[in-house]
Amino acid sequence: MHHELQIAATKARILILEGVHAAKAGHPGGSLSCVDALTTLYFHEMKVYPLNPDYPDRDRFVLSKGHCAPALYAVLALKGFFPKEDIKLLRSIKGHVSGHPDMVHIKGVDMSTGSLGQGISTAVGMALAARQLKKDYRTYTILGDGEMDEGQVWEAIMAAAKWKLDNLCAMVDVNGLQIDGSTDDVMPTHPLDKKFEAFNWHVITIDGNDYDEIVAALEEARNTKGKPTVILLKTQKGRGVSFMEKAAEWHGKAPNDKQYELAIAELKAHLAGLEAVYGG
Amino acid sequence: MAGEKIATRVAYGQELLEVAEQYPNMVVLDADLSSATMTSAFAKKYPDRFYDCGIAEQNMTCIAAGMSTCGLIPLTNSFAMFAAGRAFEQVRNSIAYPHLNVKVVGSHGGLSVGEDGATHQCNEDIALMRSLPGMTVVVPCDGYEMRQALRAILAYEGPVYLRMCRLATEVVTDQIEGYHFELGKGVTLRDGDDLSIVASGITVPMALKAAEILEEEGVFARVIDIHTIKPLDEELILQAAKETGAIVTVEEASVIGGLGGAVSELLGSRYPVPVLRHGVNDEFGRSGKANEVLEYYGISPEKIAETTRRAFEMKMA
Repeated sequence: MHHELQIAATKARILILEGVHAAKAGHPGGSLSCVDALTTLYFHEMKVYPLNPDYPDRDRFVLSKGHCAPALYAVLALKGFFPKEDIKLLRSIKGHVSGHPDMVHIKGVDMSTGSLGQGISTAVGMALAARQLKKDYRTYTILGDGEMDEGQVWEAIMAAAKWKLDNLCAMVDVNGLQIDGSTDDVMPTHPLDKKFEAFNWHVITIDGNDYDEIVAALEEARNTKGKPTVILLKTQKGRGVSFMEKAAEWHGKAPNDKQYELAIAELKAHLAGLEAVYGG
Repeated sequence: MAGEKIATRVAYGQELLEVAEQYPNMVVLDADLSSATMTSAFAKKYPDRFYDCGIAEQNMTCIAAGMSTCGLIPLTNSFAMFAAGRAFEQVRNSIAYPHLNVKVVGSHGGLSVGEDGATHQCNEDIALMRSLPGMTVVVPCDGYEMRQALRAILAYEGPVYLRMCRLATEVVTDQIEGYHFELGKGVTLRDGDDLSIVASGITVPMALKAAEILEEEGVFARVIDIHTIKPLDEELILQAAKETGAIVTVEEASVIGGLGGAVSELLGSRYPVPVLRHGVNDEFGRSGKANEVLEYYGISPEKIAETTRRAFEMKMA
């Protein structure tokens, strides 16, 4: 099911690695873990308009874990907001795709993020604005599980519940790792499901790398009234590249030339397999 | 009215009601201080345009940023300490960096907070906000000027920091013939050619009194009201430096980085003349009645006159 999403996400993974390798810096691990959710949002769930990116009634997306910008850029480029080639200038003085999302210079980016904890608050603001302006658009945001350490996140969670923002859907990329190690060692945040429930959110826990489950969860979120929904995405950091999976060292490190070639070969083989069976 | 005393925060609260219909997309956010920031009357009249975010200024600041991307004009309200201090990084990254149309309103700026003491007396807000690229920083000097300032910042599209004070102070700008408020333009309140006092906020009426004291001594000080600290009215200040040869800056804020910093930076590179900065020296405030605290730290007409006398002597030396 949803082979088209699988194909798009594999293409996105290739773009992520191209960007991070060209930049010799960036955050591949967390980009690879959340790219399945991002692909599903942009290719299945959200109403967005690449030819008219500022269309006022579009759905909104905020990458609260802004350091995973390569994943967002890859999906935006595949969607047609800007040329895919631009991603090769990731983090470069010559390009426009900066280290963290920049709404002023990058088409399709709804909010500048990068400082953790702030994105979800801005998403709350967008959801409130929809209500204030009597618009039907929905607002989505993806947080990291390490980001849950930030106190501001919990301020936003309280506020979204206070205003019963059922037009807001947050996703937490629970890959279990942050820069200094496992989230359990650095700052335990479990049980996230019980915490969100206690804060009066509707909670859905899924395999965050399974398209069927992501699609179903987003539909459940859309149909949940009277409270905001959080989807806890159980994911693997580095997902899709065998030697990067579940390894904290790939949080903020680019692959060297040899590792890059191995990773690209693996992803291209996977893509060719998918396209051979399901078409390009 | 001549001699009327009103706090700038009170004038702001009243004027919010006056502009509400003209700006239907204006929304007001507060962080559990609406009876002190004076947004409570707006909240009562327009409950569907008022958002109480609880004691969570960082979240409030970013909620406003998100709202503004969708076409609303949000005004965030808290004490200056929390609006510009606690939420500094949120203002920087979520409002100033994307240059969003959010008005950050800090009430209870400076020492005139009084009894609450040093934790709540924010003398650093102007320096903090002024350091942000693209930020407009406005410090009205009295209730009349505050009303014009609010209308001007709503008409302007972009991020603004508006500083207000707790203490009721004398209204002077309504007495000035031809007074006209324009963002980024200072106002000459009193002519004089011996030197210039460049003041902002509630020290402007004090600066006028200081000029009267000096006039009795035969020194004629020009008094300039700088309500917009950024962008600074460079032309007016350069003209004052050229025509009067010495400058005293006066503010109820740290002498580091505020109006004094802005004027010194300008004149140091463009037209060096003696510049003395009168404000809160490099120290924290303390509890006391507002007027006592101001007096204790030398924010008074007499002390301003003293600094001005010193600047005049430097010019003549």
